[in-house]
Amino acid sequence: MPATVPISWYLILSAILFGLGVAGFIYRRNIITVFMSIELMLNAVNLTFITFSYTLKKVDGHIFSFFVMVVAAAEAAVGLAIILTVFKNRQTLMIDDISSMKY
Amino acid sequence: MTALIFLIFAAIAVFCGISLVAQTHPIASALSLIGVMGSLAIIYLQLGGEFIAMAQMIVYAGAIMVLFVFVIMLLNAGAEATTRQIPILSRYLGMLLLVVFLGLISFIIQAMLPKTEGVVFGAFQGGTAAAIGRKLFTVYLLPFEVTSVLILIAILGAIVLARREV
Repeated sequence: MPATVPISWYLILSAILFGLGVAGFIYRRNIITVFMSIELMLNAVNLTFITFSYTLKKVDGHIFSFFVMVVAAAEAAVGLAIILTVFKNRQTLMIDDISSMKY
Repeated sequence: MTALIFLIFAAIAVFCGISLVAQTHPIASALSLIGVMGSLAIIYLQLGGEFIAMAQMIVYAGAIMVLFVFVIMLLNAGAEATTRQIPILSRYLGMLLLVVFLGLISFIIQAMLPKTEGVVFGAFQGGTAAAIGRKLFTVYLLPFEVTSVLILIAILGAIVLARREV
């Protein structure tokens, strides 16, 4: 085991988490879990920003990741309000049953 | 020591990520996501992001996940019903292809990245709250102010959507 961690390990971890987020987004049928997969993808992107911020010895990556967090918070508030409204009108959370805009 | 801590928390993050995708109950997925966020905060700390690690714990694992858990409890969301049958072949083929894809991506990252010295804890000291605040209020002042408008719109949107008679 090396004494220091190579930069690529962090990027690989980020890629794995992003891939898992995409898989959950496609595979899961519950709208809340789909939403949580999106949050997982945002977290993976944040890890990439922080890693390159370390590599370049600049603080800008931290600022971008901070803005991603802010946008994620706003998105969670609005998205969960939309989920509440959908549940109030349809009494279901399964995305297979909420497909009336598809056709 | 740095590598050991990284490997432990990376393993926790990947395990919790798989658990998020594999669990059928939304509350189990939410707890797994909190696990991912907590271990990512430790990894941020390792990369010198003190402020971002704290913001990750407070904003993500605290505020956003509480919102998620609150909505899951409010809607009384149970385990996911199997509304359609996924063929067993395509399920396992999909898992296999995902693993192959992630392995390929890892190989490409490993091969294409120039060889630099590894991460040492404490080598980058620029991630303090003071440094980020100075940058945020000088160079990134306009995006910061625009963010406040975004938050205001999000608050209004949430209130309008969650009203009784929509």
